[in-house]
Amino acid sequence: MNELLNLILGALLVLNLLLVSASRLRHCIKLVAIQGVLLGLLPLACAHPADGHTWQFLLVMFLSLIIKGGLLPYLLLYTTRRINVRRELEPVVGYSLSLLIILALTGGAFWLGSVVPTAVAHGASPLVLPAALSTISTGLFLMVTRRKAITQVMGFLIFENGVSIFGTGMMIHNGLLVELGLLLDIFALVFIMGIAVFNINRSFRHIDTHSLNALGD
Amino acid sequence: MPQNPFFWWAGLLAALLLAPLLLGVINKTKACFVGRQGPSLLQPYYNLHKLFRRGCIRTTVSCGPLAWAPGIELSALLLAVLFLPYANQLSPFAFAGDAFFFAYLLGLGRFALIIGALDTGSSFEGMGASREVQFSALTEGALFAVIGFLAFASRSLNLSEMLSCPLPSNIPTVIAAVILAAGIAFIIMLVENCRVPFDDPETHLELTMIHEAMILDYSGPDLGFILYSAALKLWLMTALVVLMLLPGDLAPPGVLFILHLLGIFLGGVVIGAIEAVSARFRFLKLPQFLLGALCTALIALALTVIGTGGGLQ
Repeated sequence: MNELLNLILGALLVLNLLLVSASRLRHCIKLVAIQGVLLGLLPLACAHPADGHTWQFLLVMFLSLIIKGGLLPYLLLYTTRRINVRRELEPVVGYSLSLLIILALTGGAFWLGSVVPTAVAHGASPLVLPAALSTISTGLFLMVTRRKAITQVMGFLIFENGVSIFGTGMMIHNGLLVELGLLLDIFALVFIMGIAVFNINRSFRHIDTHSLNALGD
Repeated sequence: MPQNPFFWWAGLLAALLLAPLLLGVINKTKACFVGRQGPSLLQPYYNLHKLFRRGCIRTTVSCGPLAWAPGIELSALLLAVLFLPYANQLSPFAFAGDAFFFAYLLGLGRFALIIGALDTGSSFEGMGASREVQFSALTEGALFAVIGFLAFASRSLNLSEMLSCPLPSNIPTVIAAVILAAGIAFIIMLVENCRVPFDDPETHLELTMIHEAMILDYSGPDLGFILYSAALKLWLMTALVVLMLLPGDLAPPGVLFILHLLGIFLGGVVIGAIEAVSARFRFLKLPQFLLGALCTALIALALTVIGTGGGLQ
């Protein structure tokens, strides 16, 4: 079994805990960048069949390293600087409770990983499914419980990272093509969201999404 | 794995004699990092020698525990010393379940100190005791998660076998899990021994003290006992981390013994470096951080469980 792969997946699991307990925006963005880098290194650690597609793996790896590890976090940082957002996150659910909830969700992910039979049959690491599901639920959880528009973008990014972990780790056939498409989507989305957040900020002087609930049409 | 009891006894002797030296190494590293010359490596021994020659003054309002606490703590730690497999040699005193005995001996020592601190009736000591209890309640969960991980990985309840067995080859995710668990054990060691990101052993302000606030009223040999037990505890917990990282089939016992000592002093250097470059956390942050450590330890446990083919059946 591939040790490097398991190390990366273990690190991703711990990263989820760090993400929900991070209280500062910049720190949170840095963690997302680290997640992107780890995700980029994932194809390198996977044992894939020697059928001459190595260059494809390398291409996806470099693209996701550059985009998820560098470009997107930089965009997020740039937006936070531009709109002078308050540095502290304002969580709806407290940090310690968030940790416990994520722990419970991770436990559920491990349980699902042991139930779903594909993991073992596929020859993939038994850790892939738990790590992917845990990251996906972390992303969703962050989207729900953090009030800033920018943390919702981050939550979406983490969610998408989880999907990529699943695709890369399970070595899904033709997954790379899907991966590239997703990468493009997410890049466009963060770009658009950055502009949207900037505009929300200009009209409301803050990016607290709670005030958007009261909007009528 | 070849066994040589001679190296275990040598390891025990090293723990008893060199424990204060580890404190000296930490202080020296810290001084080097900030560009001072620092106290001599042997300074902790001089301090102990000075304290043991002095008379002992105890407050008159105490009803007893103040006087017993240092003795109880020292004897609990002297017992705990017997159960670690130094240099990966099985301890002759080991029995099934001694991991729990070990953990609760450390707990007993802490309990004695806390009772002693409450006995003085000083508000600072009460505050220190309260903080100590709060943080140790959280670290205990993490410590037992780590012990659970070790028990599961080595299929044994015996601390010696847990820490000295070779890396179990039937668990595919074991390296990731061991690294996680050893990291958590290192954090537990920092909290239990009041090292920097969690507590500052050199603070002079009672309001910010945790461990130091509890021993304000001790003097002379009593204080010497407490300081020596603290040094012993630091040695034990560092040895625990080193033993987790060194698999038992790495080298012959003699080489392992040297690696063991080198690892512990390297641990001292790492602690000193952390203390030199980082500030302590806010008190409010600590419970959250410790909870995170507990969660990570549980993940390490989950990694082992999943590796063995899924399930606790």
